[in-house]
Amino acid sequence: MTTLLEVDSISVSFDGFKAINNLSLTIPETGLRAIIGPNGAGKTTFMDIVTGKTRPDSGRVLWGQGGMDLVGMSESRIARLGLGRKFQRPTVFEAQTVAENLDMALRNARNPLAVLLARRTDGDRARIAALAEEIGLLHHLGRRAGELSHGQKQWLEIGMLLAQDPRLMLVDEPAAGMTVAEREHTTDLLRRAARTRAVVVVEHDMEFVRRLECRVTVLHEGRVLAEGSLDHVTGNQDVIDVYLGR
Amino acid sequence: MRIVLALIAALWASMASAQTLQDLLQADPEAISDPSRRTVGEVLDRLVASGLPEVPTFLERWQAKEVVQRQSDGLFFYGTKEGGGHVLFDVSSGEEVGHSGPREVDELRPNAGVRGVIGSALIQFQLSDPDIARRQAALDAIAKDPAPEQLEPLRASLEGEDDPGVLARKERLENLLAARFEADPEARIAAIEALGSDITVEARAVLNQILSSEPRAADAIPAEANVAWKLTPGSDELPREAAYVMLVEAGLAPPRVTENAIRDALVAALAGGKVGDAPVATLGSDEARHAAYDAIAPARGLPPRISEEEVDAALGSHAFWQDYAEKDAAITGAAERALASAVTRVSLYQAADIALDAISLASIYFLAAIGLAITFGVMGVINMAHGEFIMMGAYTGYVVQTLVPDYTLSLILALPLAFAVTFAAGVAMERLVIRHLAHRPLETLLATFGISIALQQIAKNIFGTQARPLTSPSWLDGAWIVNDVLGIAYIRIAIFVLALLFLGLLLFILNRTRLGLEVRAVTQNPGMAASMGIDPDRIAMLTFGLGSGIAGIAGVAIGLYAKVTSEMGSDYIVQSFMTVVVGGVGNVWGTLAGASLIGILQKGIEWFNPSNTLAAQTYMILFIIAFIQFRPRGIVAMKGRAAGA
Amino acid sequence: MTTAPVPALRRRPILADNPSVLWALLVLAIVTLGVTVLAEGAGAGVISTSFVKTLGKTLCLCLAAVAMDVVWGYCGILSLGHMAFFGIGGYAVGQWLMTARTYDIVAQSLAGQPLPPTPRELDQAVATQIFGVVGSDHFPWIWAFSHSLPLQLLMVVLVPGLLAGVFGWLAFRSRVTGVYLSILTQGMTLALSLWLFQNDSGLRGNNGLSGLQNIPGLEGWGQDRISIAFFWASALALGLGYLLFAWLTSGRRGSVIRAIRDDEARVRFLGYGVEGTKLLVFTLTAVVAAIAGALYYPQAGIINPGEVAPLASIYLAVWVAIGGRGRLYGAALGAALVSLMSSWFTGGGVPDIPLGIYTVQWTDWWTVLLGLAFVAVTLLAPKGLGGLFDLMPRAPSRRQGDWGPDDGAWRNEEGEP
Ligand SMILES: Nc1ncnc2c1ncn2[C@@H]1O[C@H](COP(=O)(O)OP(=O)(O)OP(=O)(O)O)[C@@H](O)[C@H]1O
Ligand SMILES: [Mg+2]
Repeated sequence: MTTLLEVDSISVSFDGFKAINNLSLTIPETGLRAIIGPNGAGKTTFMDIVTGKTRPDSGRVLWGQGGMDLVGMSESRIARLGLGRKFQRPTVFEAQTVAENLDMALRNARNPLAVLLARRTDGDRARIAALAEEIGLLHHLGRRAGELSHGQKQWLEIGMLLAQDPRLMLVDEPAAGMTVAEREHTTDLLRRAARTRAVVVVEHDMEFVRRLECRVTVLHEGRVLAEGSLDHVTGNQDVIDVYLGR
Repeated sequence: MRIVLALIAALWASMASAQTLQDLLQADPEAISDPSRRTVGEVLDRLVASGLPEVPTFLERWQAKEVVQRQSDGLFFYGTKEGGGHVLFDVSSGEEVGHSGPREVDELRPNAGVRGVIGSALIQFQLSDPDIARRQAALDAIAKDPAPEQLEPLRASLEGEDDPGVLARKERLENLLAARFEADPEARIAAIEALGSDITVEARAVLNQILSSEPRAADAIPAEANVAWKLTPGSDELPREAAYVMLVEAGLAPPRVTENAIRDALVAALAGGKVGDAPVATLGSDEARHAAYDAIAPARGLPPRISEEEVDAALGSHAFWQDYAEKDAAITGAAERALASAVTRVSLYQAADIALDAISLASIYFLAAIGLAITFGVMGVINMAHGEFIMMGAYTGYVVQTLVPDYTLSLILALPLAFAVTFAAGVAMERLVIRHLAHRPLETLLATFGISIALQQIAKNIFGTQARPLTSPSWLDGAWIVNDVLGIAYIRIAIFVLALLFLGLLLFILNRTRLGLEVRAVTQNPGMAASMGIDPDRIAMLTFGLGSGIAGIAGVAIGLYAKVTSEMGSDYIVQSFMTVVVGGVGNVWGTLAGASLIGILQKGIEWFNPSNTLAAQTYMILFIIAFIQFRPRGIVAMKGRAAGA
Repeated sequence: MTTAPVPALRRRPILADNPSVLWALLVLAIVTLGVTVLAEGAGAGVISTSFVKTLGKTLCLCLAAVAMDVVWGYCGILSLGHMAFFGIGGYAVGQWLMTARTYDIVAQSLAGQPLPPTPRELDQAVATQIFGVVGSDHFPWIWAFSHSLPLQLLMVVLVPGLLAGVFGWLAFRSRVTGVYLSILTQGMTLALSLWLFQNDSGLRGNNGLSGLQNIPGLEGWGQDRISIAFFWASALALGLGYLLFAWLTSGRRGSVIRAIRDDEARVRFLGYGVEGTKLLVFTLTAVVAAIAGALYYPQAGIINPGEVAPLASIYLAVWVAIGGRGRLYGAALGAALVSLMSSWFTGGGVPDIPLGIYTVQWTDWWTVLLGLAFVAVTLLAPKGLGGLFDLMPRAPSRRQGDWGPDDGAWRNEEGEP
């Protein structure tokens, strides 16, 4: 299978603290990948680097067939290439309605002129309705996102991610604040999405990760500690040490 | 020295003892009693050449109109009025020799011109006068109005001079005079070269005088001309029109017929609504007027128009150059080199002077901005009323001064009082307004602006619109002067010291005290700080008070050196913002760097464009906008997550 | 997948979505007609010509305020430079007005001479007339187009557009935001006004441009009719500007603009070019402000660098804040109310209050009152005066919230009347 994203020995340090330490990773075109690791392992920072929010001190982030280097590109350019992201803390536009949030995320032309002249088509409407139904917010479309509960905001952000229809989804802790049923729904959703694209999920909840039934990468102190199936990595002595404390 | 002088004088006197002063005077009494500016020189030369020791005294008293001539025998005396007549004193011994009745003597009243000539003859005596004040006065007189004949006496007086200061001054003056008047070219060049290391205005004036030149035009540059540089017609230095006018004035080309002359000629030729064959209505363009003029010119005997081509041809066939008044190229060459070297030295001192200015400006910006930087750094709040706190500080100083007349004491009282007043105002503002606008920085900006305009207007209503003086104590008046170019007012030094004090104080408070620790904790992570038992509200209040208090102190400092008006705050506020933005937020060193950069920049730009402070400020702001491009977070940027907030 | 019509997604025309636009335009139309009928120029004479001018100027200020509201209230850029653009518009149009009028005057005075003046003589006489005060007798280069109305009108749009474009590009590109950006725009304004204050800027230094109320070509009209014409033009500009901005802030583009205000980093991750959008809004509003200025100054008659000073731009922000940010009519309301009140109070229209030992003279105390009122509004009524409209009783709105815990049921629709 061809590679969609190749992270090539990136490092970044904040005030001398190495948050990512010579990390390399490849993500195939389609399929799920889970990244786990203790707090502060650098999972979110990894996503920051890939999406252009943080610039690595060294290393390359290669994208797609052509092997385009994402380092130094603006966040919006990277997003337009097809990288979508859900943040660890749900970030939606609270002053705007659910429908407007989804509408903005919809995959449409992004150049300023097109945005200026854009009108919401019937296709857009149908897609918003479908997404809203999927994330259980169909009846909240007219509400301001700020009024939603924490879990609903999580859903809304997942909906926005789906609306973007990216080639690579980076999902940071989607299950936080969800009920058991919702978690199942989320796993379904992610697995379905992963059929046609690459999905990278960061999660602490092992049950959730297990249900994803995918390859797992364990990050620790900015490095890859182990990689393989969940059973494989949980059997790894290093991983056990890290999680249980030495 | 005096003994030597006396000896020399005695020697001279004995040699010339054949003649007394009275004899000398009687040789040509007309010249004494009725001198003219032209003739008096001769007598003076004779008197001086006699070497009689009493000559200087005579000259002084003559100049002071204290010499009288007895009508009966034509003898000269010193006379003082007494009753209707005079008491007479001998001109040599100075002893009283008798009285004269009314109208028996004539008072000699040399006119101002003569007195001037006497004065310059006197200078040579005064230059060796035992009284140092008189020697200095003589030197001042020479410096004010240098003349060739002063050179020799000045030289002669060098040897006997025992005061090092006066000697140095004499040597300099001798050098200046020699550079201008020395007859021997070699010696003159040496004197000129010596001026290359002299940075005084006088020295440069002398060099410029030697180098004075004027534009000339001729068929070709004559061989004897001392050419300063060649001129090109049509250049900025010599515009085409001006060059042609030079030719005309030198009689090398016919004058051009100006457009106004053409118009006047046409008007004069106007008859029956026509000029020649051309109807008046058609003469609304230069071409038509030219054509009409050309048509009538020959018949009316008007000079022909000079075409542009003719002008070009005339300009092309003549040489233009800047001609030195001094004909000796060796001398002008030496003067040029000396001037260049002097100018280089002067520029160095000027640079040093500008640097001092820049430092003092930076101190002011630092004082004005540091309070703003603290509040901005700790609370993310831009306080638009900061400038008005500066104003409040200044007015506090003014009020204290009206109550306590002693300037030193009032200043000592004003500083803490200004701090207290603005501290209180800052705390009040924080509690009443800013606290309720937490996390809405833009609204805080506007609310504080509202306070700013209100405070400004209130000050205007109380103190009126005219500027109020804040007088500095006398020990802060004056300036520390290194030389003609380099100097700095004491008040600026005081402000610099004040800024240093506050830099030290703030560094101490922030780095060495409990309050500082808490402030830094709140700056870096308010949530965490709060959970550790630090009361962020209290910290915010204290920081705001501190920042405002420093603004008050800055107000007193600024008031001492500028004027106290209700608008003085707004003069400094934008610069203060810029300082904070350029320096980087939330860091004392950042503010220092920002203030230095802005101060240096502003002075630097003024140096290149000295006449225009407005332009300097414009360029400075443009620079800052460009600077932000490269360092959006300022010179001393905070790093880490706090910076992203 | 469902295709059932979802109320929140129903297609509706922009104006139906924003009923306030219609109301605002209606109010504007009524005011315009009312003033016209009552004005001296139309014969009724209830409203004096100078007051018509004041009202016309107020409309221009409203337009600038609406532009400011878009850039600040919608896009989150607290620009302290929009009055500078306003002033540039005034200067641009003033250059033509002054040149053209001086030409007329000079041509008249030269008409008595025996020879008809040549273009060169005319130019020189005009230049001496205009630039004599700054000791010059020729046109500086910035007056190159001042002979042509169309070109100079182009400058009204082009110069501020270019300035805002370049400045915005530099500022947004380096991701300067928030308070920093405000201060930077203030710096720009200060630089501009300082530059204008210089005599060799070519715009007559602190003398500014004057005599702008005399419109060349309309000498026969008289100020009473000219004032009405400008009043109409201002009203038209405000109406069109209002529509333009109502359009700009609606739909997806409006969403994106507001999203940038609330969290521009997040908008980037959705793939939108934040810098481009901000630049567009900044430049567009700058140009509209300049147009407002171009209409304002012929009614004011004089413009000088003081009008461009940073303070003016802050006042603009104050008006918008008092009127209510984030709603166009709020901005217009704030500008109209505060500027009219200002001229009422400072013009001596309000009686002084004797307090025994001290008499409160409103010419002195109005600014204090305004400043404090402003603090009070920011503190107590962050929505501004426009927030009052939220308190008006409305037709019962569609219930938009959830009706119960069971998602997926259609009770929301069932619950609708
Ligand atoms: N901008 C920053 N400045 C300073 N330190 C940072 C910054 N971003 C991340 N870090 C540090 O890098 C380390 C990795 O952080 P990161 O957020 O990537 O961890 P994580 O694996 O996502 O942890 P969690 O599971 O808690 O989300 C942490 O120690 C964090 O403090
Ligand atoms: Mg994380």
